[in-house]
Amino acid sequence: MLARRIIPCLDVDAGRVVKGVNFVGIRDAGDPVEVARRYDAQGADEITFLDITASSDERETIVHVVEQVAEQVFIPLTVGGGIREVADIRRLLNAGADKVSINTAAVHRPELVAEAAGRVGSQCIVVAIDAKRVDDDAEYPHWEVFTHGGRRGTGIDAVAWAEKMASLGAGEILLTSMDRDGTRVGFDLELTRAVSDAVSIPVIASGGVGELAHLVAGVVEGHADAVLAASIFHFGQHTVAEAKQALAVAGVPVRPVHKATR
Amino acid sequence: MQTVAVIDYGMGNLHSVERALRHEAPADMRVLLTSDLAQIREADRLVFPGQGAAADAMNALRSMGLDGELAELSASRPFLGVCLGQQILLDWTEENGGVDLLGVVPGRVERFPAHAIDAQGRRLKIPHMGWNVVRRTSEHPLWHGLPEESWFYFVHSYRVLPTRAEHTVGETDYGESFSSAIAKGSMFALQCHPEKSAADGLRLLNNFLRWNGDWR
Repeated sequence: MLARRIIPCLDVDAGRVVKGVNFVGIRDAGDPVEVARRYDAQGADEITFLDITASSDERETIVHVVEQVAEQVFIPLTVGGGIREVADIRRLLNAGADKVSINTAAVHRPELVAEAAGRVGSQCIVVAIDAKRVDDDAEYPHWEVFTHGGRRGTGIDAVAWAEKMASLGAGEILLTSMDRDGTRVGFDLELTRAVSDAVSIPVIASGGVGELAHLVAGVVEGHADAVLAASIFHFGQHTVAEAKQALAVAGVPVRPVHKATR
Repeated sequence: MQTVAVIDYGMGNLHSVERALRHEAPADMRVLLTSDLAQIREADRLVFPGQGAAADAMNALRSMGLDGELAELSASRPFLGVCLGQQILLDWTEENGGVDLLGVVPGRVERFPAHAIDAQGRRLKIPHMGWNVVRRTSEHPLWHGLPEESWFYFVHSYRVLPTRAEHTVGETDYGESFSSAIAKGSMFALQCHPEKSAADGLRLLNNFLRWNGDWR
């Protein structure tokens, strides 16, 4: 049976992991390779790197990060942030990324998704959607797509947008609730379920995880195919293995933490 | 010096396969990513990966002049097909309106049914993406040291339906039980991605690099 995935997300700025990664008992210098290796050992099903480098001069450094991680970590790697064109995607895939996530560029130019899927395959293309709830309708809520880290509204309905992205060839949706991101009160489960039920491609829930029960709810109530979290893993609050245990106890199929086979 | 060649026919990102093989290859083994026919013919082992559409893949193989040769290459040395590289070994796929394939293993390739549901009554997403169990149905040297049920990473919308049960060596459940690993003589092929399947995947690649090609 297909396992639900747990995906730790690392923010990378100019080649270093930021947001103060600090595992229990280990002072982490923020080396992406070290952090990725540790999550791999804990049973992470994939790792997502979000390139938050502001300066275009430093953009190339994410390529080197991916190269180094891919030499040592043999699970799927996704990279998002700053991707504008098919050439950016190719560069990251050649460096060792398995998927790239496109956000603002897809809003500016939806054809990019179709072009990219045609050139490198849908399986490599994740469309990231940042959504904010825009009404108080308890029965039929609506969410709008935002860009630029949640600062700019687009007027686009998030569920319709997810359907459009799937029809253009996206292989997966990374769905972040901008209302919940950073709040640690849990996923927006209504949003997650609305999008996941609307599209035939997998949906990764993101934004708001503060405890393990939130991950379980994302899958069981939100119908997410995968759950992404950052801070609960970074600060040593929980390991990925503990997260898997919590999902397993709730009856959700997970890949057991692998033991070295030799 | 032994050589393992990853056949580069322009279908998708093959560097991950190359990287994982390098990680597992003994010091005296050369890993090549190549589209050169002479290098492919001379290699001691061949890896045939691939992502993308079947029609494009067959066109690429034809333009390289490799389509007529792959059956013989796969029968004459250890040969590992991965993902689309597995599907192309069957007779025919319904992808792209129907495409004739290489016919190394009798059978067809079909898309997962559109409205399949899982045990909880929820719609099964397509592509089948993520980690799933490969349950071995037959002993094979490439399973050596792996648990009876091993976890591998999958991403695909089509799956192979071999005509003869003897060619299936591993199965996976996704709405139905499908053939996720097939074998015939010195050819072994997987729908999943061993290069992205952590320790179990690396172990399988390691087994491939040690395998002499004998089976049944």
